[in-house]
Amino acid sequence: MKQNSISERLINGLIKENPTFVLMLGMCPTLAVTTSAVNGLGMGLTTMVVLALSNMFISLLRKVIPDKVRIPAFIVVIASFVTVVELLLKAFIPFLYAALGLYIPLIVVNCIILGRAEAYASKNDVVSSLFDGIGMGLGFTCALTIIGAVRELLGAGQVFGMNVMPASYVPCSIFVLAPGAFFVLAVLTAIQNKVKLEGERKGKDMSKIQSGCNSDCMNCKESGCSRRMIDVSCAKAKEDLEVIEITEENDIPDVNTGKEEKNDD
Amino acid sequence: MSDLMKVSSNPHVRSRVTTSNIMLAVVIALLPAAGFGIYNFGLDALILIFITVASCVLTELIYEKAMKKKVTIGDFSAVVTGLLLALNLPSTAPWWIGVIGGVFAILVVKMLFGGLGQNFMNPALGARCFLLISYTSIMCNFECDAYTGATPLASLKAGESVNLLDMVIGRTGGTIGETSMIAIVLGACLLILLGIIDLRIPGSYIVTFVLFLILFGGHGFDPAFITAHLAGGGLMLGAFFMATDYVTRPVTKRGQYLYGVVLGLLTGIFRIFAPSAEGVSYAIILGNLLVPLMEKITMPKAFGKGGERA
Repeated sequence: MKQNSISERLINGLIKENPTFVLMLGMCPTLAVTTSAVNGLGMGLTTMVVLALSNMFISLLRKVIPDKVRIPAFIVVIASFVTVVELLLKAFIPFLYAALGLYIPLIVVNCIILGRAEAYASKNDVVSSLFDGIGMGLGFTCALTIIGAVRELLGAGQVFGMNVMPASYVPCSIFVLAPGAFFVLAVLTAIQNKVKLEGERKGKDMSKIQSGCNSDCMNCKESGCSRRMIDVSCAKAKEDLEVIEITEENDIPDVNTGKEEKNDD
Repeated sequence: MSDLMKVSSNPHVRSRVTTSNIMLAVVIALLPAAGFGIYNFGLDALILIFITVASCVLTELIYEKAMKKKVTIGDFSAVVTGLLLALNLPSTAPWWIGVIGGVFAILVVKMLFGGLGQNFMNPALGARCFLLISYTSIMCNFECDAYTGATPLASLKAGESVNLLDMVIGRTGGTIGETSMIAIVLGACLLILLGIIDLRIPGSYIVTFVLFLILFGGHGFDPAFITAHLAGGGLMLGAFFMATDYVTRPVTKRGQYLYGVVLGLLTGIFRIFAPSAEGVSYAIILGNLLVPLMEKITMPKAFGKGGERA
């Protein structure tokens, strides 16, 4: 499949670099609002709209935005779209607005959106950025809907508000509370890793399902997409070290060289 | 050739104490409490204990078979977990509560973290808190044939008077194994005599809790109030059998005292200031989570390293 084509971007967001199960980004809304399938779907779609639009605009503006102030500029674009979406939700889907509450304004600081702006939209053309946003948003929506459905099924015996469990089923209410989100997310991620590893063991071509840069995101220090951050922090650490060597010749404290990780959320 | 001529690598002296010996001793020490629970609550309690223990052992067996690991059900640790969990359930709980609790205790709290010795939280208490949050009404239903009405701790919280003798003997409502102070202390004495547990954690736990009651209980130094709090709820079972769990307690001696003090404070806070009457299980699992930090600050220094800064 051609790099940066529309279908490649969509599959990338849905499976290869699924923001929830592979990149582990945007954990706050993932854990907090997925108490039911409808909430998960609503949150996912809201985020998708913001993501697609902000990706498109940031890509349009990528040659205008100076490198030094790119993060504030991205945030301004994202925050504008979040405000628009928030007002629209309040006007037309009030029940969803009430259910999601505080988590709608918090989409501004959702690290999937800033992450895609930084990693993709600021470097690529408008059409692929738009579809990158849609693909990532779809991946996020699917993940949130699945987590929400499992939690609703176990915690309330329903899916999308319909009773599916037999009447004798006693709902296990921990699943609609915060700890249940962690259990469900962990188990679903484990299942998806298991499928991946099994496929690799049997020699199937897993390149479509593997994470974006063909290295796993958990150990993305040496080769992956966070390489640039590490180079920067390494250079900074070296500078610090040199300064220290000049000032204190005998006692060099233990400087954390290149072990700084990208801090999400 | 005689055995004396055999050359082998060290260790040459082996202790007879094994994991299965220790666990078996704990099971025996829990029998008085379990027996009194069955006498107190009838056949329901026996069936629930049996189901919970069986589901714990079966979960461990099935997981280890499925994951092609060494089967470790022979060390009786799953039996101890099942028995402790069952003693923490009300006798009115339906059978599937025991099954879900057993599966959660062994699968999620113990095996997923690497099995015995790797779990960061007491499996029985982890499962009890899981059930307590999930099925609050079932887990707090202490109305069985023998007893109706609130548990002594709940009455105490409401400011009503309680019968102290009944509480010490155990003729009250509550979970299967927690009601009888006498039976629990009997089992604990056995473990202390065998050297399996010592008084560091239970002692500092109970002393701190009593001091907390005197200071903040609202009754001052009132022996009846203090005895009722000690005999009621899961304090004795928790202090002697769950807080002393080898896996989830600190390994350093000073850390163990600190752990007891923290548990006593947390239990006091939960019982006196929180809306619920009981707080031993939450106190202990919260304490379990703090254990790595306690070990870190109480790490003993090697001889001669005293002056060196860490």
